[in-house]
Amino acid sequence: MGVIKKLPVYLEKIPGGNIVTTTLDYVFSQSRASSLWYLLFGTACCAIELMATGASRYDFDRLGMIFRASPRQSDLIIAAGTITKKMAPRLKLLYDQMAEPRYVIAMGGCTVSGGPFYYDSYAVEKGIDHIVPVDVYIPGCPPRPESLLEGCLTLQKRVKRMKIRDWS
Amino acid sequence: MEITEIFKYLYEQLAASGLPQVWVDIVALACAGVIVFGFLAVVALFLVWWERKVSAHIQQRFGPMRTGWHGWRQTIADAIKLLQKEDIIPTLADRPVFFWAPVIAFVAAFMAYITIPFGDGLIVADLNIGILFIVAITSFTVISLLMAGWGSNNKYALLGGMRSAAQVVSYEVPMVVAICSIVLFAGSLSMVDIVQSQAMIYQWYLFRLPFGPIAFIIYIIAGTAETNRTPFDLPEAEQELVAGFNIEYSGMKFAMFFLAEFINMFTVSAIGTTLFLGGWQGPFLPSWMWFLGKTLFLVFVLMWFRWTYPRLRVDQLMEFSWKFLLPISFANLILAGLMKYSGWFNW
Repeated sequence: MGVIKKLPVYLEKIPGGNIVTTTLDYVFSQSRASSLWYLLFGTACCAIELMATGASRYDFDRLGMIFRASPRQSDLIIAAGTITKKMAPRLKLLYDQMAEPRYVIAMGGCTVSGGPFYYDSYAVEKGIDHIVPVDVYIPGCPPRPESLLEGCLTLQKRVKRMKIRDWS
Repeated sequence: MEITEIFKYLYEQLAASGLPQVWVDIVALACAGVIVFGFLAVVALFLVWWERKVSAHIQQRFGPMRTGWHGWRQTIADAIKLLQKEDIIPTLADRPVFFWAPVIAFVAAFMAYITIPFGDGLIVADLNIGILFIVAITSFTVISLLMAGWGSNNKYALLGGMRSAAQVVSYEVPMVVAICSIVLFAGSLSMVDIVQSQAMIYQWYLFRLPFGPIAFIIYIIAGTAETNRTPFDLPEAEQELVAGFNIEYSGMKFAMFFLAEFINMFTVSAIGTTLFLGGWQGPFLPSWMWFLGKTLFLVFVLMWFRWTYPRLRVDQLMEFSWKFLLPISFANLILAGLMKYSGWFNW
């Protein structure tokens, strides 16, 4: 990681090194975007739609997305379903355990803003952006697989736009 | 020009350059190592993609479609992404053990290719104990799995490592006994001799009734278990053990485990081809093409197993090995010995 991070800094000093860095940018961000492995994480009815999207009819694997059970090996956490106040620390823990670079998709009304049914519940977190930084919000209760796929494509577009310079 | 002639020519040029013989051999072996390494890297990348496509089509899906034609760049993208990932070492991990486990897994998977004949004369070193060497080297994998399980300091990883050690050790026994019956018939441990003893299709050990097919089936079952693949993938059972022994590994270390697993699958198929399917023997096509074709067919069979069968329970797994496979393989060995001694079917 260290070497790859420093590489563009050295390269840019060489005349013509800019060309190499742009190409590196393209290769790196393209490959990041095309293999977003998502964590097996589902807390409510949205998880059923997530499973449906992973299964044959909608097929996440077309986008190069496969699930990993361990947060260490996944790039993306799709928070599918209501996050209660009790679940919130676990979500934070899972997010912290993931290796950088990592992305979050908030799937469904509950994770976006507390949801259409639990908006006045004392036990539900009103949006997971209170806990973890969210990249893409997908509204719906639950969102259909098409909207989840659309959300993933949006995330891919965002990842493809990232430059090596923006890495934290 | 045949590939072997090119190698021979290069070797002669090297020998004529005036280097001492020791250095000539070292340089030649290093070159062979680099070639085998490059070949294996390509094979592993290809197999990961192929597995995803095979699984997808078995489940009426498409698999990777968006990176190149039918997603052929998918594994390359995965590898580059894994290279960029943060390298996490847990605070309480046993650092040296944690670090060396994927290295040992990869090296053990890679070393077996020293004595596998890829074609007529395409072999790094034709040891006279070839198959014994392979059996010995591939069992190093157990150590790496145990190290990964222990070094991670994670209960699921430890359970996964223990399970895989128990499984690999117990399936090693019927596999070696099945291999023994072939060695008995070929009269040699050298891989090249074993291939040369099955020149015609009716001489393939697979078709030497009755002991050949039995030994082959035992070998394939035990080989599936050795590579920790479904229906014997208990070490990485997602439902019970999250991800098994590699749960704490991220980035490139995980990629090394992953590539080692696929190289092991190719190893099992390559040994199966050499022992039972006549290795590189075949008409018309170049020998390496026959070897690759047969091996990839066996790899496909292993993938087919994986996406068709459900997983066994851990006690069923052990019972199957010790109470069923082992007695049958011993009976088969005795049968092969009797056949060899009496001269039946000794074509």
